[in-house]
Amino acid sequence: MLITRRAEFSASHACLRPDWSEARNREVYGEAANPRGHGHNYVVEVTLSGEPDPVTGMILDLKLVKEIIEREVLEPFDHRFLNHEVPPFDAIVPTPENIAREIWRRLEPRFAGGPARLANVRLYETDDLFVDFSGEAR
Amino acid sequence: MIRVTRQYRFSASHRLHSLRLSEEANRATYGKCNNPHGHGHDYALQVCARGPVDEETGLAMDIPTLDRLVEKILMPDLRLRNLNDLPEFKDKVPTTENLALYAERRLREHWKETFPARWPELAGVRILETARNGFETEGMRSG
Repeated sequence: MLITRRAEFSASHACLRPDWSEARNREVYGEAANPRGHGHNYVVEVTLSGEPDPVTGMILDLKLVKEIIEREVLEPFDHRFLNHEVPPFDAIVPTPENIAREIWRRLEPRFAGGPARLANVRLYETDDLFVDFSGEAR
Repeated sequence: MIRVTRQYRFSASHRLHSLRLSEEANRATYGKCNNPHGHGHDYALQVCARGPVDEETGLAMDIPTLDRLVEKILMPDLRLRNLNDLPEFKDKVPTTENLALYAERRLREHWKETFPARWPELAGVRILETARNGFETEGMRSG
């Protein structure tokens, strides 16, 4: 079975590589390359896969999932300028693809060995753009 | 591998009426949607592509390129149109099932000229007819 928990954080980012010229950054990232940054109300949907426990009827305690997301994602990301304040985005561009993969990297070990494994991270940058990452093996 | 989904909104009208059914059977099959004058929705078309993330740019797909493709080959047919007027729906009912299959086919026809590299590939499309009714093609389900 799959179980999905949703959370929100608001953050600013700039899509640019400091080692590229301004012209090259504009060409690849468009207006999102403005070095002053811009922001989004990101929504993250964390999907876990597992079987319900025969006694509790639950795959795992959703409160635990909520706490892990708060600790690993919301506390470090919420109301931050990702490029300047949240590693590794000082070194890699905080595109939605990279943010989703970073959230996966942070969450995946927290569920390893437990009753449910991380199955998918969906990150909405806006209502009209989202990415899904389910690990590199698939 | 990552999946990138981009959503496009459009408002359109349609009437569900099959030329293969009697007037009475049409009314029984489609109910209110068979109203002879048609009715409309605020649709949302989601286009899903998959591919590896380019480690240099952090991107799996150039979104403006997809935006231009959708604006060129789909939106002129859909936005503020009566779907029954499309050649595609001359003898096919403009249900959202058929509309999703049509949108996916149009995108596949033009995908390679738009994204000539191996990646990204088109995974599938989903159309939300209202916030409560969604229709998606097979590719939206698989990894």
